[in-house]
Amino acid sequence: MSVAELPAPPADRASRFSTRFFRSELVLIFGRRRNWVGGLILASVPVLIAIAVKVDPPSTAGGPTFFDQITNNGIFVALSALTLEIPLFLPIAVASISGDAVAGEANLGTLRYLLAVPVDRSRLLAVKLLAIAVFALVATLLVAMVGALLGLALFGGGPVVTLSGTTLPFWSGVARLLLVVVYLSVCLTAMGAVGLFVSTLTEQPIAATIATLILTLGSEIMDAIPQLAVIHRYLPTHYWLAFGDLLRDPISFDRILPGLASAAIYLALFGTAAWARFGGRDISS
Amino acid sequence: MTDGISPVELAISSAGLTKRFRSGQVAVNAIDLAVPTGSVYGFLGPNGSGKTTTIRLLLGLIRPTAGSHALLGEPMPARAARVLPRVGALVEGPAFHPYLTGLANLRRLDAADRTVDPGTARSRIDAALDRVGLLAAAGKRYRHYSLGMRQRLAIAAALLRPRDLLILDEPTNGLDPQGTREVRALLGALAATGTTVVLSTHLLSEVEQICTHVGVMHLGRLVAQDTLVNLRARTAPRAQVRTAAPEKAATVLRELGLAEVETAADSATGLLGDVAPEKIVAALVHADVPVRGFAVLSADLEEMFVQLTGEGFDVSG
Repeated sequence: MSVAELPAPPADRASRFSTRFFRSELVLIFGRRRNWVGGLILASVPVLIAIAVKVDPPSTAGGPTFFDQITNNGIFVALSALTLEIPLFLPIAVASISGDAVAGEANLGTLRYLLAVPVDRSRLLAVKLLAIAVFALVATLLVAMVGALLGLALFGGGPVVTLSGTTLPFWSGVARLLLVVVYLSVCLTAMGAVGLFVSTLTEQPIAATIATLILTLGSEIMDAIPQLAVIHRYLPTHYWLAFGDLLRDPISFDRILPGLASAAIYLALFGTAAWARFGGRDISS
Repeated sequence: MTDGISPVELAISSAGLTKRFRSGQVAVNAIDLAVPTGSVYGFLGPNGSGKTTTIRLLLGLIRPTAGSHALLGEPMPARAARVLPRVGALVEGPAFHPYLTGLANLRRLDAADRTVDPGTARSRIDAALDRVGLLAAAGKRYRHYSLGMRQRLAIAAALLRPRDLLILDEPTNGLDPQGTREVRALLGALAATGTTVVLSTHLLSEVEQICTHVGVMHLGRLVAQDTLVNLRARTAPRAQVRTAAPEKAATVLRELGLAEVETAADSATGLLGDVAPEKIVAALVHADVPVRGFAVLSADLEEMFVQLTGEGFDVSG
């Protein structure tokens, strides 16, 4: 270990862009057995829907949104599953990842070793948030894919009837489904930013996850109380179900755009709050 | 640094470094560390004396309430991104992801370091695991590691790349005697190549065997900091005669001019002063004292420690 063998001075390499740490973060999330179990639970809902509808097809219109369409087009299994999972199951998944982001590392003590590597604190948060976004996308996509594939297998495909009553070619329908997935991922990532912030407040990942869930469900409950209509549009979950507008013909952006704006504001607000909180915090775990 | 400490010669220097917690407790109280480059610095102190808090301050994990410090001549935390890659650390015990293997855990830490060459990751990780004797257990999940293996993995993490400075908080904690010896040999080998090693410990035997410098913490203050040789010189060596006739031996010792002569059931001791030990042995034999054993007890580090910290070993507020 002579001086000659030492690597180039750190300053020369420090500026180099590298995705290694981000990839390592993804390996951590997607390699964890707990998260695989979570994925199985998410995927079980479209399976349950598809089997239930196959066994006992709904005779009349009604029931949960998109249900009556399933027998006509299997792709609606995906949309039914997303409708049922977006209020609770998907938020649970994102809350458990985002709550764990910083608090989990603090709890294990790995946070101090990461910071001593050193990992810049802003970089750590950026990598964590980006990984949450990827997880939200993968989780939503998983539900949609399992639903669509199983639905198509059991009920077949074909032209997609929009909420406006018009008919879209099959692949346009698939594209609309992907838009729904992207929209819901953005909404869930905004919630993940809230979770990331909460995660910087504690060393207990479970506490951060539960707090994030309480905020999400609290928002949904307040959104359901008509007397609170004044604040509804400021609630983080208010525009989540607007994803149905992506299935109109033409697409209605009246609620989609505010939904995206709301998500962007929550992302910026809580991303900044996490940064402000974590940047100067004493790491004593 | 503005107080005249030459940054080039000191691997760690601090001026008035202080940490007061929100509770009001002053965990680290205006300490001026001076760890010379190339030294093996034993950082001693009872539990709760502020050693670990000091290490956290040094690495920039917590912010000082007052004071400043530099690592390898670079002011911290301003130059953390530049200097910390040259510093390997073990802080308050090992900490890894339990469901990842030892290898995967090291891979993650290496991935977090933007200043290393990813192409050499595998060979560097294997070399680090090999150095601590963990290569065979590299594929085992961390949760199944014993405490000693965990400790070894933490040391391996500190050795993922060549370091100029190692700050190790109780590196032999939880290791069996064999492991303790291995780590001691490893640290000796690293020090021999010029790496500065700071060793926080409360194993005085460890300090006596490998440290060149010693700093002693007590109640948040650095109560002593010197070379081991100088610290030892503070406590005068004593001559000890093991004999069946301690009174007779004591008389001889007094006649030779030894001070503080004391007797016990089967021995007599006295401060050696500048009396040559061989002269004492000759005099004892000449006086027909039945000598069973003779020893010069050099400065007892533990005694010195107790003097400095004014109490037994594992107490402290």
